[in-house]
Amino acid sequence: MIIPMEYYLILSAFLFIVGISGVLIRRNAIIVFMSVELMLNSANLTLVAFSSYMGNSIGQLFVFFVMTVAAAEAAVGLAIIIAMFRNKMTMNIDEINILKW
Amino acid sequence: MTLEFILFIIFGLIAAVSAILMITRANPVISALFLILNFASLAGLYLLLNAQFIAVVQVIVYAGAIMVLFLFVIMLLKPEKEKLFAMHPRVKTFAVLFAVLIFIQLVYIVLLSHSSFTSNPALSESVRAGTIEQIGRELYTNYVLPFEAAGFLLLAATIGALVLAKKKFD
Repeated sequence: MIIPMEYYLILSAFLFIVGISGVLIRRNAIIVFMSVELMLNSANLTLVAFSSYMGNSIGQLFVFFVMTVAAAEAAVGLAIIIAMFRNKMTMNIDEINILKW
Repeated sequence: MTLEFILFIIFGLIAAVSAILMITRANPVISALFLILNFASLAGLYLLLNAQFIAVVQVIVYAGAIMVLFLFVIMLLKPEKEKLFAMHPRVKTFAVLFAVLIFIQLVYIVLLSHSSFTSNPALSESVRAGTIEQIGRELYTNYVLPFEAAGFLLLAATIGALVLAKKKFD
């Protein structure tokens, strides 16, 4: 029995909404970043599922680029957290509000 | 009940459960470890989908480089354990309800499109699409411009991370 493609897409949608709720309900900046990485991985799973079920390798090529962008974004985001922590000694995103009105 | 289906159930359950456990732990190190488990189970799912190259790259890049970077930052900055109920509980329930609403929409779109009926994978084509020869052929002939642009992006990210995180000159 071959697995229907909807199973992979529904699993990917579930990981995506777990990432969304992680971004919305957590206050620690590092956990928020990890939830964003989880969302990117769910998009990767969707792309690989489509690529496998259509016999086309362009989907996996796009996953290659998504991983590159995710790695670059993780590096720069963590550098921002380090710079912010050096100034305010906090990682709670509620307290990083100097740009608020 | 083939082995493929059993493996899909195992990897899918581990991915889903570890994702939920990741966002609900108070200790950030435990959250990072659950995310590593999630990435490993996703690599297993990629292997089920005949994506050999992406599975290996997932383990090397995500679980091996990005999560180690996260763990280094957690180790250096030593965040205090967050009070999990510091937010107003109504905000949290609204956020979870919003996420469930988006999930219902996504499931509806997926089930409405009947994607199983319109794409019948031939196994040899599906395996051939995941080999590194096919991905490399596409990457270096048709998509060489995004490939070079990704190189520029990595250079910019490296310089940016260096400038942001270094100590100031006196």
